[in-house]
Amino acid sequence: MNLFRLTMLAAFALGISAVASANAGPGSQRQAEILYLLRHDCGSCHGMRLEGGLGPPLTPPALSRLSNEQIVATILHGRPGTPMPPWRPFLTPEEARWLAGKLRQGVAR
Amino acid sequence: MKRLLLILLLSLQTLAQAECLTRGTGDMGVIIERASGSVLIIDTTAHQVLSRIEGLGDLSHASVVYSRDERYAYVFGRDGGLTKVDILCGKIIKRILQGGNSIGGAISQDGKLVAVSNYKPGGVKVFSSDDLSLVADIPATPFKDKRSKTVGLVDAPDQRFVFALYDTGETWILDMTDPAKPALTKFTDTGRLPYDGLITPDGRYYINGLFGEDGLALLDLWHPEKGMRRILDHYGRGEQQLPVYKMPHLEGWAIAGNRAFLPAVGHHEVLVMNMGDWKEAGRIPVHGQPVFVMARPDGRQLWVNFAFPDNDTVQVIDSETLKIIKTLKTGKGTLHMEFTPRGEEVWISVRDKDEIQIYDTRTLELKQRLKARKPSGIFFTDRAHKTGL
Ligand code: HEC
Repeated sequence: MNLFRLTMLAAFALGISAVASANAGPGSQRQAEILYLLRHDCGSCHGMRLEGGLGPPLTPPALSRLSNEQIVATILHGRPGTPMPPWRPFLTPEEARWLAGKLRQGVAR
Repeated sequence: MKRLLLILLLSLQTLAQAECLTRGTGDMGVIIERASGSVLIIDTTAHQVLSRIEGLGDLSHASVVYSRDERYAYVFGRDGGLTKVDILCGKIIKRILQGGNSIGGAISQDGKLVAVSNYKPGGVKVFSSDDLSLVADIPATPFKDKRSKTVGLVDAPDQRFVFALYDTGETWILDMTDPAKPALTKFTDTGRLPYDGLITPDGRYYINGLFGEDGLALLDLWHPEKGMRRILDHYGRGEQQLPVYKMPHLEGWAIAGNRAFLPAVGHHEVLVMNMGDWKEAGRIPVHGQPVFVMARPDGRQLWVNFAFPDNDTVQVIDSETLKIIKTLKTGKGTLHMEFTPRGEEVWISVRDKDEIQIYDTRTLELKQRLKARKPSGIFFTDRAHKTGL
């Protein structure tokens, strides 16, 4: 019973933080646009299911060795000398942070 | 009762669809629906979708080659899937998962072998075109803790395949004359990061685009002993290359007269090359970074599409004057173009509009639209008889 209550509380708290971080990030329409970009345009190199192509997989296990900041930096600035391009012209730092979080969490595929 | 009748009618209709067509296939083709793992079988004379086949897995970046009787399409999926489709019966004959992650394939000169180029595990696998049983497994050179990705796989005369190794900068010729004894010739000095390859329609020259340095790598298959040669190596030197949001494709040499036309990596330009001496013969400024530069079969026009974020446009260039004669706003996600065998029409896939647009190449006017779900590659059966396609 106690455990149940605790889980509920934790879930509630998590829910709140999810709402809070969603508020800090892009609005829901923009989120949908970014996920479309991820699937189709990132997907042209990383695979539409993000399981890899010319670029490496962007799945949670593959990204676990990188910090959020490292992923954000890779997205915004690209990796010079490799085909990974900078997305700064198309994504704000906040949007990149939101996307990095999504990627680490795993995007429904 | 009415409902029952309707159900009966509908099931009869599906039954009818399961039947095979009795017709020639020379005016047929396959369109990839990249997001839903399905393909459309189409008729280029009637401008009609004949059927949709589902269950082909991850088709982002999928491509197709045809059996020499133009009845079977071999579909290469991103997920390592190789599917043999009977386009007359509108059904899958056989489907295998041959690798973890693949990028395309080719069919041998005699039509008996289908080769697939894999990113993971890096290498090329060769299958029987009949039953898709494994004939040869050619692992690529080790790179880091894996094997190099393979790219730019094409068929070449004398029962050969040619491909490049992306990570280790090599080009390999695979001779399958004796299927039991695949023979490899390796060229280890291709250059940094070859990202795609192409072969001239006569099957003589194989060329790799390089991502990691300027120029292209050329191999004369009549004289492999001469090794690889760098061409257009002055190209782009000292110039700021733009970020590339989609890798260009070299499939389908755009050749008109004695000039060849190529997408310039990281530039808003189409490169013009003199076929005699492989020297640059000009550059055509275009709307964005070209992805495909395709010549109309008679070589009179070039049709160009572009990388994100300019992928809502197609430009048509006069191959004689090198002038842009038309800019078409086809719509976001314009991914591929395919000419009918003699070039009176071009079919263009527009992903975000879920449609195929058919243009008259003489008037440059839109003739018709066809519905398709997130279409990408378009492949007509006349590819069956073209080296390198
Ligand atoms: C033109 C091809 C291309 C496109 C498009 C592309 N990437 Fe990449 N990406 C690469 C390559 C190649 C690498 C590997 C770079 C290296 O060798 O370090 C990479 C690496 C990455 C990494 C680091 C992965 C790791 O394990 O180190 C992340 C994260 C990433 N890309 C995210 C994205 C996102 C998000 C997008 C879309 C907004 C995108 N990429 C679009 C080619 C591409």
